[in-house]
Amino acid sequence: MKTWVYIDHFKGEAVPASWEAIGVGKTLGSVTALVFGSGVEALAAAAFEFGADEVCLAEDAALADFRAEPYASTLSALATAGSPDLILLPNTFRAREMAAMSAIDLNSGVLIDVTSLEVQDGRVTATRPIYEGKLQEKTVCASNPQFITLRGRAFPRPAREAGRSGPITRAGAQTAALTSVEGYSAGESGVSINDAGVIIAGGRGVSNNPSLGLDEKATAEKGFALIGELASLLGGAIGASRAAVDAGFIPYSHQVGQTGKVVSPDLYIAAGISGSIQHIVGIRTAKLVIAINKDTEAPIFSVARYGVVGDLFTFLPLLTAAFKQKLGK
Amino acid sequence: LKIVVCIKQVPDSEAKVVALNGQVSWGESPLVINPFDEYAVEAGLQQKESQGGEVIAICIGAETARDALKHALAMGSDKAILVCDPALEQIDSQGAARVLAAAAQKIGAVDLLIFGRQTIDTGTGLTTAQTARALGWPMLALAGSINIAGGKATVERVIEEGKQTVSANLPAVLSVVQSIGEPRYPSFMGIRKASKAEIPVWSLADLGLSAPKAVVMRSELMNPPSRDVACEKISAETPEEIAGILVERILAEKVL
Repeated sequence: MKTWVYIDHFKGEAVPASWEAIGVGKTLGSVTALVFGSGVEALAAAAFEFGADEVCLAEDAALADFRAEPYASTLSALATAGSPDLILLPNTFRAREMAAMSAIDLNSGVLIDVTSLEVQDGRVTATRPIYEGKLQEKTVCASNPQFITLRGRAFPRPAREAGRSGPITRAGAQTAALTSVEGYSAGESGVSINDAGVIIAGGRGVSNNPSLGLDEKATAEKGFALIGELASLLGGAIGASRAAVDAGFIPYSHQVGQTGKVVSPDLYIAAGISGSIQHIVGIRTAKLVIAINKDTEAPIFSVARYGVVGDLFTFLPLLTAAFKQKLGK
Repeated sequence: LKIVVCIKQVPDSEAKVVALNGQVSWGESPLVINPFDEYAVEAGLQQKESQGGEVIAICIGAETARDALKHALAMGSDKAILVCDPALEQIDSQGAARVLAAAAQKIGAVDLLIFGRQTIDTGTGLTTAQTARALGWPMLALAGSINIAGGKATVERVIEEGKQTVSANLPAVLSVVQSIGEPRYPSFMGIRKASKAEIPVWSLADLGLSAPKAVVMRSELMNPPSRDVACEKISAETPEEIAGILVERILAEKVL
């Protein structure tokens, strides 16, 4: 099976789910990794170390900033010439935009946000969550190339083999574009909830705690600071429920749940989150869920393995201290 | 400006959605305008207010989807169009994109085609890019703010890594994110106007299209494996002890 894997990156920084996609490709045979951009040879080297057998590198100044149109045109031209059966991509906004456009060019289809797949007679049957995880469906794409975007952390990340390398083919870039990128301002640093193995998340309980004698904003700042301390101790990310995001206490990129992101961490600690159905569907694929809530009846306890009934403002610092002690940090 | 907002009707986000005899069932829950599409309507209305022009809401769906269009009208849209055809029942994102592209051409002289970020039902999030590609128009996706001047649209694109400023000439296809601003509530006058509005129905023949052949097909629908967790609420004499026990439990699960 001729399998290509697209390595998604932002300004030369690879999205880790790209390496997971190489791992999936390797289970089906040899893998050609596609690296597009400008000055991104280091990504080609990394792709070999994560298991790629070949790299196809398209570099051009016009590809310096990701824009869906020239990236999709470059992919379409390569696929027309190379006829891959399968193009695997990490399920990022960029990769989705690019696959979407390229699928129109090639009159093929995209299977989105896939969490598992099986292959029979060269056709992939892909399982993916729909209705934000309330249901699952198996989908197939009737023509080639079958574009498949893989959910981050749904597949194992291959071990990196330092020094492993292979042949690089340089490919031409299609540079015609209808949009221009005029500026960029960096977001916050820190672990993204998409890639995080550990997420500590806060909800309404983070801002609503009259016993502290502070206004909601000051309460939320204090609450998210406590969450941040535990997250940074465990190398995790900060998550939030819609209530905390809507109130403006934390940016949207942290939102977990139906109108935010569906996440798959190994450990999810929900602090002061009651657990609406919209939030719960967002953490269905988390391995271990812990709930901390003052309300013993909060629905979040119904999906948590361990629960603590208590005030997060008193309990979180104790939990952080206990982790420090047990982990010897 | 001639602004077309593409919306979809979906089961309410509170709905308990299950697979029943191979079909999606949402019980007695209502069908509503896709929540992300309300932001698209809001974005369209904001542009109309600052630039002048009209907002046309369009929806591919069954007859029931009139209610979603009425919601867009009640918010302040000027017109609504329902694209309804039995051949569109099993449509995939590419088919939807080709239908919407044809509808935009039929409406004519469109400046902006605005989508929500994604739908909350089968939510592929592909249709914006595919419609732009089918039309050959630029795509400005994930816009958190929109500025139109001199025949050019400039948006702030909100991505995981931060914010980009991206521009393109009109006509353009946009998708918007929540930072565009909370969708306005339908006004009393708006609801009255919407209840009386005539909503034309376009078939594939009206668009000059033959039935699109789906490339992506569902082979099976399943309820997700149930998470059978029994929650152990940890109790002890002091919160310090509880914290200690919880850490031991977490470490024993070997997730760190």
